[in-house]
Amino acid sequence: MSTLTPASKDKNLWAIAVFVLIGAILLPLLNMGGVVAEFQLNTWGKYLCYATLAVSVNLLWGYTGLLSLGQALFFALGGYAFGMYLMLMIGEDPNYHTRLPDFMDFMGYQELPWHWQPFEHAWFAVAAVVLVPGIFALIFGFLAFRARIKGVYFSIITQTLTYAAALLFFRNEFTFGGNNGFTDFKEMFGLNLHAVSTQRGLFIASVLYLAACLLFNWWLTRTKFGKVQQAIRDSENRVRFSGYDTLQYKMLIFTAAAIIGGVGGALYVPQVGIINPNEMMPVKSLEAVVWVAVGGRGRLWGPVIGAILVNAIKSWATVQFPNYWLIMLGALFLFVVLFLPGGVASIPEQFRHWRKKMDARRQAPAEPMKAAEPVAEVETAKSST
Amino acid sequence: MNDLQASPARAELERPRQWILTIENLNKAFDGFQVIRDLNFYLDKGELRTIIGPNGAGKSTLLDMITGRTVPDSGTIEFGPDHRYNLTRLPEHRINRLGIARKFQSPSVYKEQTVYDNLLLSLPHSRGVFSALFYRESQEDRDRIHEVLQTIRLEDRKHELAGSLSHGQKQWLEIGMLLAQDPQLLLVDEPAAGMTDEETERTGELLISLEGKHSIIVIEHDMDFVRQIARKVTVLHQGSVLCEGPVDKVQSDPHVIEVYLGRKAGRPDPAAH
Repeated sequence: MSTLTPASKDKNLWAIAVFVLIGAILLPLLNMGGVVAEFQLNTWGKYLCYATLAVSVNLLWGYTGLLSLGQALFFALGGYAFGMYLMLMIGEDPNYHTRLPDFMDFMGYQELPWHWQPFEHAWFAVAAVVLVPGIFALIFGFLAFRARIKGVYFSIITQTLTYAAALLFFRNEFTFGGNNGFTDFKEMFGLNLHAVSTQRGLFIASVLYLAACLLFNWWLTRTKFGKVQQAIRDSENRVRFSGYDTLQYKMLIFTAAAIIGGVGGALYVPQVGIINPNEMMPVKSLEAVVWVAVGGRGRLWGPVIGAILVNAIKSWATVQFPNYWLIMLGALFLFVVLFLPGGVASIPEQFRHWRKKMDARRQAPAEPMKAAEPVAEVETAKSST
Repeated sequence: MNDLQASPARAELERPRQWILTIENLNKAFDGFQVIRDLNFYLDKGELRTIIGPNGAGKSTLLDMITGRTVPDSGTIEFGPDHRYNLTRLPEHRINRLGIARKFQSPSVYKEQTVYDNLLLSLPHSRGVFSALFYRESQEDRDRIHEVLQTIRLEDRKHELAGSLSHGQKQWLEIGMLLAQDPQLLLVDEPAAGMTDEETERTGELLISLEGKHSIIVIEHDMDFVRQIARKVTVLHQGSVLCEGPVDKVQSDPHVIEVYLGRKAGRPDPAAH
C-alpha cells in the first residue's frame, strides 16, 4: 500500500509522457529541421534498445531477485529472428546471382533451408521475434525453476546458457552466418533502411516501445502479482507456504522479460545494421547488469538511466581511452555498489535524506538531554527487578 | 508405550474424536541417519498440542514432512476428516491451500513491504498468476486484514515496512499472516524464540485464544512457555513419540526426565556417563 504513493504514481506516468513527447515528437522534428544529426539520433536509438534490455534485467533482478547473467541472449535471439527477415529482403546479390544470403552461397547451398523459408514473410518474422525468445525462456524457466535452482546457481546457469548459445551460433554449419552473423541489410517492410526517414521511424518506434515497457513495468509493480514478485525476492519459502505456486510466477516473469528483451533486440538490429554471436557473449549480459546497478535496481527509471549513462560514457571512453574502458566500467560498478547502492536514480532521495539529517542537526542542542532520559529509566527499571 | 500413555487422556475426554491429522508409521532418514522412526501421531480437531523434545528429536523434520517440504521414506500423513487428503506427495502450496499454515522458526516476513501488504498477500484467495494480475482489494479483504491487525496488535504500524518491526513484532506478524489464511491447522515452530518475557506471555495468550477455532501444533523449547500454553504435550525422542499426555504427567514421567527434563533441571544425565 505504501510502496508507491498515489502522488509518485502520477509523477511516473507524467515522466513517461514527457519522455514520449521529447523522444517521439521533439527529437524527430529537430532532426528534420537539421538541428539533431542522423548519427546522433541513431546512437540514441541504440541506447534506447539497450534500455529495454536493462528493463528486462531489472524485472528479474530488481523486482524478483533473479539475477540472470544471460539476458542478452534473448535480446540477440530477437535480433537474429528479425535479422533473418532482413537477410531475405536483400534480394539478388551481384556475385552469386541468387536470392540466398551470401554466407549460404559461400557454403554451397542451392536453396533456402526449411527453417529459413517462412522468414520471407514479415508477419512470420515479427511473430518469431516474440515467440522464439518467449518459448525458449518458458522451457528453460520451467526446467530451472522446477529444479529449484536459485541464487548464484541460477546466475551461473544463465551465464552458461548464453555462452553455449554463442558457441553454437559461431559455427558456420548452424546456418546463421557463423561469426560474421548478418549484415548488409537493405530493406525492411519495403522501405529503404538507409533512408533517413526509415531510421527516424525506427528511432520513434524505439521510444514508443521503451515507453510501453516502462508502462508495463509500472502497472505490474502495482498489481498483486508485482507484490508477490517482491515477496519471492524477500522470502520465497513464505510465499510458497502461503499457497502460491512460485514456479508459475517465476516462469511467467522470466518469459515476459525474455520477450521484452527480444523485441528490443529486433529494434536494435536494423538500427545498427549488424547482428553476430558476440551479442550473446556473457560480457554483454554482464554489462546489462551493470547498467541496472548503476541506474538503480528495483526502480522504474533506474535501468533506463543506467543504460543511457553507461553507454554514453562508453562511447566517449572507447574513443578517448580505448584501453581503459573495461577498467573504468569495473570502477564504476564498484563505486555504485559501495557508495550508491540505490544507483543514480536514488540520488534525489539520498539528497532529501541528507538534507533532513542536516536540518535535524541544526536543532541538535536539545537532543542529548532527551536521549539520556530513557536510558536512565531503563537502568532504574533493571535495578528494581 | 505410546498407547499406554495416551489411554488415560483418552478416557479423560469422553467425546467422539475427529482426527484432523493422522500420521502413521512415518520414517525418514538423512544420509543413513534415522531422523524419524515409526512415528505415530494423532491430532484432534480444535486441539492445541505442544511438541517438545531435545535437539535432533525430529521436531522440525516432522513439520517439514507435514508441509511437503520433505518427502517421507515411508508412512502416511493424512489430513481432514475421513483421512481425506494424503499429504505425502503434494507440493507445499497445495498443502497450504488445503488449510495448513506454517510459521517458521526464524521470522520470515516480506521485509520490504508494509505490514498491511504482508497480510494482504496472505489472504487465501487470488493466488493464481492471472487472478493476481487482475486482483482488486475488496472491502471484505480490508475488514479481514484489520481484524488480524487487531489480533496481533500491530494496527498502528500497518503502513510501516515489515523490516522495521522488532523481532517479537515480526513473529506476531508472521502469526498474523497465518491467521489471515484462515487455516484449519496451524503449525508453529518455536514462536517464543528471541522474545522478551512479556512478549512470550502475550504470544501464549494469543495461541490459547486460537484454540478451538483452529487446530494448532506448537513446537517449543522454553518450558515456562510450554507450561503456560500446554494442554496436551507430546514428547519426541530420537524420531518417535516417547510419551503423550497433560503437562504435569509428562513432566513427572521418568523416561522424559531421563532424556529431556532431567538434563534441563540440572540433574545428572545418565547418558553423559
